[in-house]
Amino acid sequence: MLRRNWFGYGNRWPALRSDLERLQEEMSRLYSGAMRTIAPEYPAVNVWANADAAVVTIELPGVATEELDISVVGSTLTVKGKRETNGEDGKYHRRERVSGSFARAIDLPFEVEQEKVDAKLTNGILNITLPRAEADKPRKIKVKAL
Amino acid sequence: MAEKKEIRKAEAEKQEVQTPEGVERMETCRHYIPKTDIFETDNEMVLTIDMPGVAKGNVDVMLEGNILSIHGHVDDNQPEEFGLIYAEYEVGDYERSFTVSDEVDRENIAATVKNGVLTLNLPKASPESKRIAVSD
Repeated sequence: MLRRNWFGYGNRWPALRSDLERLQEEMSRLYSGAMRTIAPEYPAVNVWANADAAVVTIELPGVATEELDISVVGSTLTVKGKRETNGEDGKYHRRERVSGSFARAIDLPFEVEQEKVDAKLTNGILNITLPRAEADKPRKIKVKAL
Repeated sequence: MAEKKEIRKAEAEKQEVQTPEGVERMETCRHYIPKTDIFETDNEMVLTIDMPGVAKGNVDVMLEGNILSIHGHVDDNQPEEFGLIYAEYEVGDYERSFTVSDEVDRENIAATVKNGVLTLNLPKASPESKRIAVSD
């Protein structure tokens, strides 16, 4: 009996160890995930919403419309692009404006009607209007009196 | 090389203008220091200034003595009937001043605004007009 119990316990060891390993993996995954969200949050976004639509505004001075790539899947909006601030040949005294590529995925509070998404770029501000998908809209339920 | 570089948030963050202690602004709107590149070619100095949200008519460029001051006003165009649910940046005017060297041809400074970027071209004064003959 006792020996059998020992056996049983012994057999559980590998399982326990893999549990610990899994826990450690989970921890490091969470940690790396947190790091990833802190780092490349460019460009900064503002999100506006009401019951029927959402508006996302992004400051992108000096970015041409051709450099932007906007896509929507379900409730996730992705904005990718490139910002070139290199001038002609000359000597730079100051370089503060950032240049390079950027990509940003934004989770919206609802599913979006992909066909009706509208994006405008005015004075360096990108304004994306995303209507809520019909299927996702709340429906009024009539209560029948019996 | 620049193509592969990914823009980080910290280097792009907006920086607010500090007023001297005890001094307040009359307007309540925020003021930011716009990010600026300055480069020099053989015949001009070029200032490129990021001012997202500033329309053509809302820029003031003044040259007083040696100080070139720039002010850009941002129209408040937040979407109507929408509530702000998530915010990462704030909207405000831009202002910044630079000292200009005497080399600049003050009469021919050109300013253009495109896609929220103000470009100032400051042509250098032709060198012959500056040369002073030294007599014995």
